[in-house]
Amino acid sequence: MKARPATVRIAAGQGFWGDWLEAPYRQVTGGPVDYLMMDYLAEVTMSILQKQKSRDPSLGYARDFIPLMERILPTVAQRGIKITANAGGVNPQACAQAVAEVARRLRLGGKLRIGVVTGDDLLGRLDGLLARGHELRNLDTGRPLSDVRDRVLSANAYLGAWPVVDALRGGADVVVTGRVTDTGLTLAPLIHAFGWRPDAWDLLAAGTVAGHTIECGAQCSGGNCLVDWERIPDLANVGYPIVDAAPDGTFEIVKHPGSGGRISVAGVTEQLVYEMGNPVEYITPDCVADFTTIRLEQRGKDRVRVSGVKGRPATDKLKVSVAYFYGYKAVGTLVYAWPDAYKKAQAADRILRQRLADLGLKFEAVLTEFVGADATHGPLARAAARLDELPEVQLRIGVRSPDKPAVERFTREIAPLILNGPPSVTGFAGGRPKPEEVVAYWPALLDKRMVEPCVEVVEV
Amino acid sequence: MKRIRLLDIAHARSGDKGDTANVGLIALKPEYYPILVKHVTAARVARHFKGMISGPVERYELPNLHALNFLLHGALDGGGTISLKTDAQGKVFSTALLRLEVVVPR
Repeated sequence: MKARPATVRIAAGQGFWGDWLEAPYRQVTGGPVDYLMMDYLAEVTMSILQKQKSRDPSLGYARDFIPLMERILPTVAQRGIKITANAGGVNPQACAQAVAEVARRLRLGGKLRIGVVTGDDLLGRLDGLLARGHELRNLDTGRPLSDVRDRVLSANAYLGAWPVVDALRGGADVVVTGRVTDTGLTLAPLIHAFGWRPDAWDLLAAGTVAGHTIECGAQCSGGNCLVDWERIPDLANVGYPIVDAAPDGTFEIVKHPGSGGRISVAGVTEQLVYEMGNPVEYITPDCVADFTTIRLEQRGKDRVRVSGVKGRPATDKLKVSVAYFYGYKAVGTLVYAWPDAYKKAQAADRILRQRLADLGLKFEAVLTEFVGADATHGPLARAAARLDELPEVQLRIGVRSPDKPAVERFTREIAPLILNGPPSVTGFAGGRPKPEEVVAYWPALLDKRMVEPCVEVVEV
Repeated sequence: MKRIRLLDIAHARSGDKGDTANVGLIALKPEYYPILVKHVTAARVARHFKGMISGPVERYELPNLHALNFLLHGALDGGGTISLKTDAQGKVFSTALLRLEVVVPR
């Protein structure tokens, strides 16, 4: 048996699909790390990927993961860094294959093993599950999935850390997964490195909190941080966070020396409460973590210690994320200039709404916002601002409907206002807005025994 | 007694889960946390956001982090991809809450 390490360093490289491309490269070159963790999947990402896969069966994963791997694999292989990433989307096999091709091109053949985690994709099994009485009721509305079954585009169970652990135990250097939880991608390396037991609930909760802290990348190292924001240094070179963890479940949040940003108790606290529900029960497939037990301490410049985390046994359910076709929407904008910018935008909104009504168009929703006045803080902002003196206001009006022609007709009603509505209006260079397909998200729970994760490790 | 804005004693971050926005409200100093607990009740926050949310407000306490977590249900016009709002993911409900004023002893 191999000796257990005294500490393990896990670096966050991507907080979402579309995050800063420089971050992963800087994480693997800027100082010592053992693992690079990259989170790609948000609630609706899977449906976008499913759509790509339905057009081309070789797609359906985060494609920019491949050129990124091309850039970092030589360093990663040389330094023995391991990677966990849910970049596989709805096609982890194809993603792994593409990584393998890149590795061979880089002459890493025989030097690299790729782990693939699947089993999360339930799309082909939905009817069977429904037929066997698994109703997949919407967690928010209580409705059974049969309501929207014919419009379902993707359906994935959230897998936890354990299949990733299996891949690491199988010797994988790069683990590519489908819908594995954000936190599982960080917890898995800790379980693997320290040999944590499946019922060590406090340790699993600690690793889950570590994962939650770094899953949004720089959002815990100075990005989007309200406290003293103007004095957070060098955000242009912001250092993404690194978990420096000990076998007892305590860890520090740090970043590479010389990088920008700031790691403070304030910033880490902001990230801990981000997207939080009931803090006493942060439920993952691996455990239930209690965020009211977390202790934070500033241990030095850009170094926050996290300790005290308590956890409870995991539930017998997995969360399932279903995406289904909902309808269409479009958003149009026009910019009105001083004087009376706000009043002109209001008048344009009234005129536009009257024209939509006169055309007999029906929408599920019509929403008007006045950007520069109330788009962010609504009536709270209107009460606080000098609206009659605003230098400019953007009228932003959106519609949503299951009826595509109605939405298309709406998109033709914006531009005419430039010549036949209130004066001093501009900002229509982008042309007519395009109707957009709306894919909605259906959260549900499923009996854990219905989902069997599958792990493969292949040599490049 | 004096009137202060939460902006002077707290910071915040907000995000989304479906059609619910969450706002984590964090005391700038530990001694401010009891003020938040006492004055920033779920009912008070619901009144503050009147006209902006269609559902109830829940509050959770995290004394270890000197923070309160609020769930604002029906805040995002359906949420995620459905929403027509600029702030479809509830990112700036954080500073909207910091506009709230409380009256505290001098």
